Amino acid sequence: MQSALECCDARKVFYVKRERKSTSMLTRLFAKVIPKYEPVEAVDRLTFHVKPGEIFGILGPNGSGKSTLIRLISTLLLPDAGCITVFGHDVVKERYQVRKLINRVSVDAAFFKGLSAMENLSYAARLYGLEGGAWQTTATDILCRLGLESDKLHEPLEDLSRGMQQKIAVARALLTRPLLLLLDEPTTGLDPVSKRDVQDFVLEERERRGTTVVLTTHDMQEADRLCDRIAVIDHGKFVALDTPEGLKSLISTNGESVTLEEVFFSLTGKTLRSSGRCENGNAV
Amino acid sequence: MAPMLDFNRELRRSYALVERNFNLIKRYLGWEVVFMVYTVVNTLTIAFIGLSPDGSGQDRVLYLVVGALLWGFLSVLFHEVAESVQWERWEGTIEYSFMAPMRRFTYLGGVCLFAAAYGAIRTVIVMCAVVGIFDLDLGSANLLAGLIVLLLSSLSFIGVGLMAATLPLMSPEKGSQAAHILEAAILLVSGVYYDVSVLPVWMQRLSKISPATYTLRAARAALLDGASLFDIRSDLLVLLATGAILIPLGLLVFNQGELYAMRTGKLKRSG
Repeated sequence: MQSALECCDARKVFYVKRERKSTSMLTRLFAKVIPKYEPVEAVDRLTFHVKPGEIFGILGPNGSGKSTLIRLISTLLLPDAGCITVFGHDVVKERYQVRKLINRVSVDAAFFKGLSAMENLSYAARLYGLEGGAWQTTATDILCRLGLESDKLHEPLEDLSRGMQQKIAVARALLTRPLLLLLDEPTTGLDPVSKRDVQDFVLEERERRGTTVVLTTHDMQEADRLCDRIAVIDHGKFVALDTPEGLKSLISTNGESVTLEEVFFSLTGKTLRSSGRCENGNAV
Repeated sequence: MAPMLDFNRELRRSYALVERNFNLIKRYLGWEVVFMVYTVVNTLTIAFIGLSPDGSGQDRVLYLVVGALLWGFLSVLFHEVAESVQWERWEGTIEYSFMAPMRRFTYLGGVCLFAAAYGAIRTVIVMCAVVGIFDLDLGSANLLAGLIVLLLSSLSFIGVGLMAATLPLMSPEKGSQAAHILEAAILLVSGVYYDVSVLPVWMQRLSKISPATYTLRAARAALLDGASLFDIRSDLLVLLATGAILIPLGLLVFNQGELYAMRTGKLKRSG
């Protein structure tokens, strides 16, 4: 069976400006004119595949490469090496075909905040070539299922809460009926009720349409609840990839029950320590 | 039949940009009115410079008004096209818009359609205000020739605007600033309010590469002296040729700029 997503040896390097370690004025001036750049491996030769209808989670600390990977899949970045295909279409050579099959919800609800939900959705519908007014029925139905009141649909988005904005972002992504839905930290900053609404909806969509989902998150409970398989990424590399239960069994000794959070801390402990947290997750 | 269907579909998609931008204008209507009033007052101020205390100088007024109206239209056209990427970046929607399965030609076509419609509406409003205040004699004006000059010059300005729109893709921090400098340079050397012969020699050389120079010369000949299309054919040919070169070049440059942004990660909001 064809994979929904195939990632083969994908690599992405960014060049970031670095301070030169010198106090001399001449060197500082030189550094301003010719800044020093250092390569950072954002995605370091990743190979994996996602089956159609699967919910595939990616867990990782900030700056570990989650969003870069999502951007590579969503054709917003070009990989430096390797190959990524979506339902058999190459994200570089067949960008247009891939874009027809995917949609994405990012951590920040990317909208024209001065426009209402319906105006933003109308823009999205036209961009994706959705004909007639059928999209309005679909959008209202999705927003209703997400628990958004219809009187909010004509208010400027800047007047709505973050939770409501994020629900509209989810509705916008699903309006186009994507085969592959990319969710980049979709519930970050949402209250528990809104978070639960979005999670339920993702599960429901998979049930109803068999939508394949790639989900990045910091929320271990969310990953545990939603994902069929989870990859833990650190410094652009997968340090583990398995089912939630499989990951837990990695660090479980004598059959004791462990949480996904403990697995995450154990696998990325080095990063957590360096970011000011100790291995048990408490701030130091 | 299929190419016609494709064209209609792409045109409908282009309309996404037109509808979105007019919705934004409706949302910020108060500010739109403020900018409009400022533009009208600014044009009137420029026109009054040409008037002598004894009321004479109508020709000078018309000379200045033609410059102000044309520049008003062309600068809006340039500005809307050149700022399209930066505007999406500020709003945080650039990744969403660029990820849509829409040909970049269609996206930019929508930007240009809106810019032309918006520029035309603004120019007509300013023109009505000027005609209401000054008793301008347009009896000998060749309005059709003036309109054709405007249409042909739009092509060149769209081409330059497309290239300027690429700058924020290359440099999120400084790209937009560079587009403003380019716009200011065109204003300076193109003879919007004065004849280019008053400029220093080195600026006169620059005026020759600005499409606005040919636009203003041809438009003034048509509107002030009633010149026919045949009389202004050399300027029209220059504008047509410039547009025919600059639009494909602008699209090519934009395409390369987008690929550069996709390689270096500069599409995202923060750059």
